[in-house]
Amino acid sequence: MGYKEIKSVLSPGTYYFSGNEALTEGAIAAGCRYYAGYPITPSSEIMERISCRFKEVQGVFIQMEDEIASICSVIGAVWAGAKAMTATSGPGFSLMQEGIGYAAFTETPLVIVDIQRAGPGTGQATRVGSGDLMQAKWGSHGDYQVIALSPWSVQEMYDKTIDAFNLAERYRVPVFIMGEEAIGHLRENISVKEKAMIFNRIKKRGGSPFDAKDEDGVPPMPSFGEGEKLLVTGSTHDGFGIRKTDDPLVHSRLVKRINNKILNNREEIIETESYYIDDAEIIIISYGFTARASLFAVNHFREEGKKVGLLRLKTIWPFADKVINEIGSSAKKIFIPEMNMGQISGEIRKYAACEIISYNQTDGEVIHPDKIISEVKRFL
Amino acid sequence: MSRDLEKYLRPEITSTPFCPGCGHGIVMNLILRAIDELKLDMDEILFVSGIGCAAWIPSPHFNADTLHTLHGRAIAFATGAKLYNPKLNVVVISGDGDLVSIGGNHLIHAARRDIDLSVICANNMIYGMTGGQVASTSPLGSLTSTTIDGNIHRPFDLCKLLLAAGARYVARYSVTQPLSLLKAIRKSLTMKGFTFLEVLSPCPTQFGRRNSNDTPADMMKSLMEDCISIEDSENLTKEELEGKIVTGEFSDERS
Repeated sequence: MGYKEIKSVLSPGTYYFSGNEALTEGAIAAGCRYYAGYPITPSSEIMERISCRFKEVQGVFIQMEDEIASICSVIGAVWAGAKAMTATSGPGFSLMQEGIGYAAFTETPLVIVDIQRAGPGTGQATRVGSGDLMQAKWGSHGDYQVIALSPWSVQEMYDKTIDAFNLAERYRVPVFIMGEEAIGHLRENISVKEKAMIFNRIKKRGGSPFDAKDEDGVPPMPSFGEGEKLLVTGSTHDGFGIRKTDDPLVHSRLVKRINNKILNNREEIIETESYYIDDAEIIIISYGFTARASLFAVNHFREEGKKVGLLRLKTIWPFADKVINEIGSSAKKIFIPEMNMGQISGEIRKYAACEIISYNQTDGEVIHPDKIISEVKRFL
Repeated sequence: MSRDLEKYLRPEITSTPFCPGCGHGIVMNLILRAIDELKLDMDEILFVSGIGCAAWIPSPHFNADTLHTLHGRAIAFATGAKLYNPKLNVVVISGDGDLVSIGGNHLIHAARRDIDLSVICANNMIYGMTGGQVASTSPLGSLTSTTIDGNIHRPFDLCKLLLAAGARYVARYSVTQPLSLLKAIRKSLTMKGFTFLEVLSPCPTQFGRRNSNDTPADMMKSLMEDCISIEDSENLTKEELEGKIVTGEFSDERS
């Protein structure tokens, strides 16, 4: 139970993978042994690879009748003891939202991969977008917290998937990998180490699976079939799962705890990465695939002696409010290129006091480094 | 509830939430009776239910692992639990609105895949918990809070639906046929593969009082009159079968 270093499933070495393939291997390395999914472009290669690889690692794979069934069967498998995952894209992610709220409220650890495509609606199924970030945060009804990660390389599709399972188990929360079509289909070399740190869920016989009095706020999690006579419900419930659908105190305590267990631990959860920000007058804040182009642009400006830096958000939710607040007082301007209509720049505006310039591109294409360079030059 | 079956209930449970005259108490009693007769270990059973009155039959009452899920999705949750841990005896207990109307797609796919689940569908032919709206099982012409001039759409024949979907065991009984029903529950709890048992369970509060059955006793009486066996039904004409409910075992493919 807890963190433990275990042997990687793949032999250590270098592998030439697509992002979707690397993600699948990261899930297997993290201990994922249940997968339910429904075909959707551009995520389907994950399910296809799982369907083969699970035969080799004794995992359970099922192609369900839709994305609602996929997320629900994942939740059922998790309570039966599995580490489990599903992968999808925008339309499927929309269908999963009720199940995501159920998972958040029942504190079910699971991983959902959203290889984002150009939305809304059916949109452009084979083209890139990054428009599901606010849905990841607010998609289901009611107040809850999730964790959402934004990988920028094929290496991170492997590493961040291991992190996603660890975070899910550590905090008993749904964790999203907010990939993008471009990263899912990009091919790069990745390095697999001999060992990986893996978190296995904490169990406590007779403990209350839905209450934790300590500051951490994360209860132990038993499984079905262990004689615990578990009561799992998506209705408001007390520490032992008994429905309390008209008790104001039980409801407010539960909602606060499932929010606070993430928010109070956000320093431990949130990861950012910065390049040349100490003396930067202009800071680009970027995430996912776009951060690759942003780093190229920053390097270009630094070669010209211009004081431009980059802050990369590796974690989207919970939001890196503290570091953005600091940047907002040190930089003169913040530039935010996004493959959506400004979903994260809206969030940054809440915390950064300096001038903020958004660049929004929703044409199904990745943002080219030259575009970032020319946009930043306008106000340099 | 028979006193000798109370050992299967959670100690903190002192009453059920069902309305006077509701059939679900009988369903609950007979499921526990079957478990008792079969000497099943409650620690090896997982009860899964959706949303609605019938979903409260196992949750929170049964002293076992219970998974009270989203509306319509009980079978999808159950599929995940059963596939990951095949040692669990997974029993799905829910209503007609939950399993068939909103959850119909999961139901037919689980039957097609022959997932090893025992599905017990308590059919009260109406949405009870939300106030008596028409269901996909409400008879033609029945009065509900959303069909004040009578239901204009034909109901599903659940057993025919599940036969077509490939369920191994398909049976229908009413709570007014407790001995046959008990036998059917025993079969569904012990058979391998996907089993579907439809239990007609009256809802006097939402269905009966709107449809000329003024008391729970009237509802029980009309169920007793309407239910006929498969054998008896074979001698009746289409006209004579009008308004009758055929009960019995429609398929029994033991694996």
